[in-house]
Amino acid sequence: MKEFLSFTKKEFRHIFRDRRTILIVLVMPVVQIILFGFAISTEINNVRIDIVGDMTDPTVRKLVQRIDNNGYLEVKGIFTGTDVISERFRRNESDMAVCFEDDFDKKLDKKGSATVKLIGDGSDPNSAQIIANYVTGVISSGTGDGKKETTAGSPLPVKYMYNPSMLSSYNFVPGVMGLILTLICSMMTAISIVKEKEFGTMELLLVSPVKPIWIIISKAVPYFVLSTINLVTILLLSRFVMHVPINGSLLLLSAVSLTFILTSLGIGLLISVISSTQKTALLISGMGLTMPTMIFSGIIFPCESMPEILQWFSDIIPAKWYIIMVKKIMIEGAGFSFMIKEYTILLLMTLLLLGTSIRLFKKRL
Amino acid sequence: MNAIEIRNICKNYGDCKALSDITLDISEGEIFGLIGPDGAGKTTLFRILATLLLPDGGNASINGTDVIKDYEKIRCSIGYMPGQFSLYQDLSVEENLDFFATVFGTTIKENYDNIKEIYSQIEPFKDRRAGKLSGGMKQKLALCCALVHNPSILFLDEPTTGVDAVSRKDFWNMLYRIRESGVTIVVSTPYMDEASKCDRIALIQHGRIIETGTPEQIKESYPYTLLSVKGKPAYPMLRFLRRCPGIISCFSFGSEHHAAIDPKTTDERTLAGLLESNGFKNCRIKEIKPTVEDCFMQLAGKVTDNTLRIK
Repeated sequence: MKEFLSFTKKEFRHIFRDRRTILIVLVMPVVQIILFGFAISTEINNVRIDIVGDMTDPTVRKLVQRIDNNGYLEVKGIFTGTDVISERFRRNESDMAVCFEDDFDKKLDKKGSATVKLIGDGSDPNSAQIIANYVTGVISSGTGDGKKETTAGSPLPVKYMYNPSMLSSYNFVPGVMGLILTLICSMMTAISIVKEKEFGTMELLLVSPVKPIWIIISKAVPYFVLSTINLVTILLLSRFVMHVPINGSLLLLSAVSLTFILTSLGIGLLISVISSTQKTALLISGMGLTMPTMIFSGIIFPCESMPEILQWFSDIIPAKWYIIMVKKIMIEGAGFSFMIKEYTILLLMTLLLLGTSIRLFKKRL
Repeated sequence: MNAIEIRNICKNYGDCKALSDITLDISEGEIFGLIGPDGAGKTTLFRILATLLLPDGGNASINGTDVIKDYEKIRCSIGYMPGQFSLYQDLSVEENLDFFATVFGTTIKENYDNIKEIYSQIEPFKDRRAGKLSGGMKQKLALCCALVHNPSILFLDEPTTGVDAVSRKDFWNMLYRIRESGVTIVVSTPYMDEASKCDRIALIQHGRIIETGTPEQIKESYPYTLLSVKGKPAYPMLRFLRRCPGIISCFSFGSEHHAAIDPKTTDERTLAGLLESNGFKNCRIKEIKPTVEDCFMQLAGKVTDNTLRIK
């Protein structure tokens, strides 16, 4: 026991004496959560709209007014022909052009329908689509609430039950939690073990009578503690700065998170067993762990829209299951009975990872 | 009683034979030197004895305990100082020592007498980070860490490599004092001049032991008459000497050449005449006693010749 305490103390000293480690372990999570939560969002503000059409037409004028009054949209220019539009896109002066056909009001009156054409700068398809949806919504509600009926009719009322204002932080916060915990626990544990191999100190530790299992545990404990601190910071930030609710039980959330921290420690140990230099460990955890976690855990791209093979692949990423559970607890406020499947998968992964890495840990060089 | 018994140890790294058929006995309380150039297999043998590597064949025992089966028992009774400086650079001198003491189930206090003499030299710097110590001090700290748990056998892998001459002398004096307390010391070194400081040595090359014995025994077994030849220009002279009749081998040692001769075919005077008549200047020749290095070169040459012939 005394050996173990001394080991852990030494490990904490390593962490606190290296400014870079401290920066990665304690500051990076805060920066990341704020970055992902605020800067990187899929909501779009200040969309610049160009209008092409006859401004003397009363309906057109009314619609343009409505577009301009919308908080997200802003009318930048009014033109009579579409030929200037591409030039405006290239100069990055406008995001979308709304083109009204000639005699808009008259046609709408007579035939009951008139055509509006939206021209978007499609070089960024994601935002183009979102902008198009905004504008369509504004125009159809604008033509709909007058005495004249639109052909399209009013859009179906949609209510998003758990995220009524469709805030992207609801998606990002659980995602970033998964990412940060993976990164800190796995990468830092792996590096701290491989560092001993590289500097030759592992040679001395192995010659000592200390059982290898204690070496592993004492390596993992400090990072477990730090990850728990991170978890608390992230939760505080997301609750009070991002205003992401914690609808479910905090206890359940903590239990699930601690399990996931163990999973990540297992991955870190496995990486440390198979790599012999810090560089390799860093590459494996960077390319082999962080990247797939970002891409396949549903933080950025929904797993459901991936080809089937990639969906299977995403199933082996522990962070995916963790993020699903966090979303269920934080946003939906669900209880444990709704996540038995996910939790079982995560737990089995943890046991498998820890078991394999402890078995593979070499008692010799 | 033998502290260490090594029987037919073999170790391969892929196709490379790191150690082949090593058999050695090391008695209790002696300083045993493993002398050989880089890549001869010294570190591999040390690691096998320190239970860090498994041999591919053969076995070894330390204090009668098998290094393969009972490695956990051995790990308590040996001190090991790897060739590379292997302490925590970001921990202070005292923290390092304290850590290794605890890891080996003891405390600095308990074994302070054991390390006092060495530790007192670095104690003024006990709050300094190990990474900021000079080479000699690092080595003293490493030795303290290896000694702190009072081991009965000490393995020192190239402890004097990269250390200045004064510190090296200091270090050997420390080893003598450690030996007095009954500790068996196995030390490896690529420096031939350190060989005569050991009680017994084994010369190792290409993973084979080429000779074992006390430094005196080894020097006495040198079969030829040895001449030291000095003169200018040095390199053409070496090439010339190697072609002279009666010269068995010739190697350059710093500013002079050591030539092994067959006394029946040639002698000092004949050789001097030959050198003068071939235009070499300032020639000075005298008979010398062989050093361990001469013996090593002669033995290594023989082994290489044999292996070549077998091929």
